[in-house]
This record gives sequence, structure tokens and C-alpha cells, in this order.
Amino acid sequence: MNKLNIWEQFMQQAEMRWQEVLEATSVHIQLVFFSMLIAIVLGIGLGILITRVPKLSTIVLGGAGIMQTIPSLALLGFMIPIFGIGVNTAIAALFLYSLLPIIRNTYTGIKDVNKATVEAAKGMGMTSLQVLIKVELPLAIPMIMAGVRTAAVINVGTATLAAFIGAGGLGDFIFLGITRGIDGLILLGAIPAALLAIILEIFFTYLERWTTPEGLK
Amino acid sequence: MLKFENVSKVYADGFKAVNSVNFDIPEGEFLVLIGPSGSGKSTTMKMINRMISHTSGTISIDGTDITKLNAAELRRNIGYVIQQIGLFPHYTIEKNIAIVPELKGWDKEKIKARVKELLTMVGLDPEVYSSRYPKELSGGQQQRVGVARALASNPRVILMDEPFGALDPITRDQLQGELLSLQRKLKKTIVFVTHDMDEALKLGDRIAIMRDGHLLQIDTPEKLLQEPASGFVEEFIGKDRIVQNPELMPVVSVMTEKVVTSYLHRSPEKALLMMRQQKITSLIILDDNDDTLVGIVSAYELIKKVNTIQSIEEIMLVPEYVLLDSATAKDAIVMMPNVRSGVIPVLSEAKKVVGLVTRGTLLTALSSQWTELEDLNE
Repeated sequence: MNKLNIWEQFMQQAEMRWQEVLEATSVHIQLVFFSMLIAIVLGIGLGILITRVPKLSTIVLGGAGIMQTIPSLALLGFMIPIFGIGVNTAIAALFLYSLLPIIRNTYTGIKDVNKATVEAAKGMGMTSLQVLIKVELPLAIPMIMAGVRTAAVINVGTATLAAFIGAGGLGDFIFLGITRGIDGLILLGAIPAALLAIILEIFFTYLERWTTPEGLK
Repeated sequence: MLKFENVSKVYADGFKAVNSVNFDIPEGEFLVLIGPSGSGKSTTMKMINRMISHTSGTISIDGTDITKLNAAELRRNIGYVIQQIGLFPHYTIEKNIAIVPELKGWDKEKIKARVKELLTMVGLDPEVYSSRYPKELSGGQQQRVGVARALASNPRVILMDEPFGALDPITRDQLQGELLSLQRKLKKTIVFVTHDMDEALKLGDRIAIMRDGHLLQIDTPEKLLQEPASGFVEEFIGKDRIVQNPELMPVVSVMTEKVVTSYLHRSPEKALLMMRQQKITSLIILDDNDDTLVGIVSAYELIKKVNTIQSIEEIMLVPEYVLLDSATAKDAIVMMPNVRSGVIPVLSEAKKVVGLVTRGTLLTALSSQWTELEDLNE
């Protein structure tokens, strides 16, 4: 019985724990969903803000960049004293981790909008807000969506580490598998996590295509 | 209608982009601002719709100081065309043209009709182009849309910042021509920035020449060519410019000042002798009392009939065609085929004969300037 190969091990574990896997997947999705939701709202907001207040851009982009350099596990650790152990901490850490690609892409997306288009918009009598909503954001959408996609895919992977701080998710199986030395159990966490990442990638690619204005395709 | 009074633009670092500029544009005038780069011509234009704010002086439209108006509101009432065109890539052509009317809250039907009218006006078939996107159009077509967009809400003032600068020469020429004929119909007040003197001479009712933030001269193309206010202006316009366009060439530059005059009471023999000595073919006959022109005597006629006539009056031609010295070479060229004597006297305002244009002087003047030009180019 101990001589099962990894695939047989995986099948056995899956048969035993498939309900747990579903639950863990749902927790995992929630972690990703809520952290991404906050990251998208705040990231796009901050991205827009720093195009309007250039002085802030170095601070904001620098700050978000520093977050990115902190190892994900350490970041989760840092959050514990603030939010305690559990889901909230994980969401906070994942959120911080997803922020940079979204802010950066929003910022460059808007900055890269053709200067002539913006000048024409202003010259025709659009207010600053109208220029943002009617011109800059629609033209920056492909870039922003690419940032969101990158953030989401990184997020799914990083979320497996949330198990370390008791937030659950697919990471639970991976760590259990490592501590118990059951390779099949590791796969039971890793395969659904990888599938989730692929599905998200495909979903956002379509979303990106769908939100790109007609004239830019 | 549009008035600049001591308008300056000084940047925070002390750079004076525009230095105390004064001018006044009447309604319906096509004014071209021209100068080398960094002369402040674009800045001057952009201060009108407050894309750049002036730091001192007053700019007023119909007597209203533009700083008293809401900037967005002001811009909606001024057409704006830029070199890079700046169509919205995510809008169809129809939506692009509809931007200002939409900002102004026109109703949909009115906008649709207006877009159709404008596309037709700039030579694009609305059926074909309304639903296209800018990237599907050539540069020339895009700038046609740019012009239509600027005209959309029927503004009285239109600003154009080197609008044809990025187009190929053939398209540019075509669009210049179309703009001229549009302007003849619409009579907008246009401020047009360019660094191309040919374009300026072709389009402008008046041309304002700028350098280092100063307005050096503002005049009609003819006046600029004939009386450049400074060496810079003359150099900037380019002396060879005159040759290319007889329309802008004063008639005095194609006439001979060698005018031999006589009076009616001279005998035919004396007149002939005089012509032989002076080696001329036409003798100008003046009135005894006030020295005004009464006729021309041709040497060929005189030689033929010198023995049969009593007085030169018998063979004298009364000139049907004369030109004032303010006329252009083109006037002379146009007139020449109708002139039987082949001589067009050029008169001063006081009706004195100051010169003669003959086929010979026309040809010599035009061709010599042509060869001078060749020399310059070598």
C-alpha cells in the first residue's frame, strides 16, 4: 500500500477528500475575489490619482513596488500583528500584493494615451473629468485589463500560502502533503490552484478583448 | 472681433514666449501666424482658446475678455484643428464630428443631420465614412474629418495649428485649396499657424510674422512682399518668392523706367530722330499743359508714314489700357494680349507716366528673376 505511485496516491486522496477540495477551492476563490476586488478599485483609483498629481507618482509606485519585493510569506507574516490570524489577514496581504501591476498599468495606460487626442479633447471644450471618462480611460482599458490579469494570476498562486496563516484554501493540501510526505496530497492542492489560474487567465483575456473599444482592435 | 492688447506669456523660469503682442482681427478674416520655431506663433494662437494662459495683457472676443469666460465653454465655441489631427480612435467618424455638438447638448436628430452635412462639405461620402474608425482613413481624410469636427457647432472663430504640416505635398495642396473655397463660403474668423511661407501667402488675408515672441509685421501678402518692415521679414519671406507668383509681384518690377516723352506739336521728323537716338520703339505723348498721358506713337508706324503725315497726332494711338503703379505683374500679363500697341503705360497716382510695360520688359523681368533664382539655388 505504501508503494503506490504518485498518480495512484493522488487518485486515492482525491476520492477521500473531494468534498474538502471543493470547500477549499471555494475559500481560495473567495480569497482571490475579495483581495482582487479591493485591489482593482484602489489600484485603478490610485493609478488615476497619480496621473493627476504627478508628485505622488514616485511615492505610490515606489511604495507598491516595495510591497512586491517583500517575499509573499513574509508579507503574510507582517499582517498577523495587524489583522490577527485568518482570512482577513490573507485578503489584506493578497490585496497589497496585487496592487502594483494594477496601479502601474493604469498609470502607464493613461500616460500612453496619444497626447494629440487629449489635446484635441481639451481644445474642444471637454472638462478634465470628461477627458478622463470619455477619452483616457476607454483608451487605457486594454492596458488596465492586462494589469488586472497579471495581478489575478499572481494572486491565485500566492493565495496558496494563505494556508500558512490559517486562512485555508487550496494551500492546506499542499502543506499537509509536505508535512506528511504524501506527494499525491500536494497535487490535490496544486492541480486545482493551477487550473484556477489558467481559467482566470482565459477569463481575463476574453474580458480584455471584450472591453477594448471597437476602433482600437 | 478678436483683439490682442499688450499680450505676453512669461513662463515661471522667466522665458518670454510672447512679448507684448497687439493686433486686431476683423470678423471673417483669415489670419496666418508665421515664424521660425520658437517664435511664439503657436503660443499666441493657443492663448485664444486658453489652451495656454497669457500672463499679461488682454485678449478679447467681441469685446469680452476671455479670462472672464469659462475655459471649457470658451473652447466649445472655438473650432480647433491641430497638426496631429487627434481624432478619438475609439469613436467612429460620426461620433468624432459630433463631440462638440454633444457637449453642447444638441438633440440627436440635429447632430446626425449636421454630421452628414459636414462630411459632404469636406468631400467625404457620409454613407461610406460615418461608421468607419479613424485608423481606417488616410491622413488626408483624417484631417478632413478634423476640419469637419472643428466646424461642427458652427463656431465663428477657428484655430488651426499647422493643420496640413504632416500631410504629403499633394494632399496638402488639395486641402489648402478646399479650405480656401470653404472659407469663401463660410467666412469664419480663422487664425492659422504655419511655418510654410507658400502656405501663408496662399491662404492668408493677412500674415503676421513673429520672431522671438515679437510680432514683427502684420500685413496683406502683397504688402509684406513689397514693403517688408525689416531685414528679417524680407529674408524670412524669401526674395525668390516674388518670382514664383506674378500675382504678388508689383508691376513696377516688370516695367522699364526709360520713358521718352514728347508733345503733340513736335514734328514727325523730330520725333523720329529722337526715337532713333534713344533707341526706343514707343514714344509717349504728353499733354502740353499738365503732362498727363495723351497717347503713344509707335516707331514702325512713324517710319512708314513720316513723309505723309503733318502731325504725329494722326498716327498716335490713344492708350485703351493703362496700369496704376500699385498693380501687379499679373495684371500686366493678363492685359497684354489685348493691347494693340504692345505697350502699357504705368501711371503714378498723380497720373504721371512712371514706366512702360512691353512684352519685352515682361519677358526680361520674369526670365531674369528666374535665372537669378537658379543662381541662388546653385
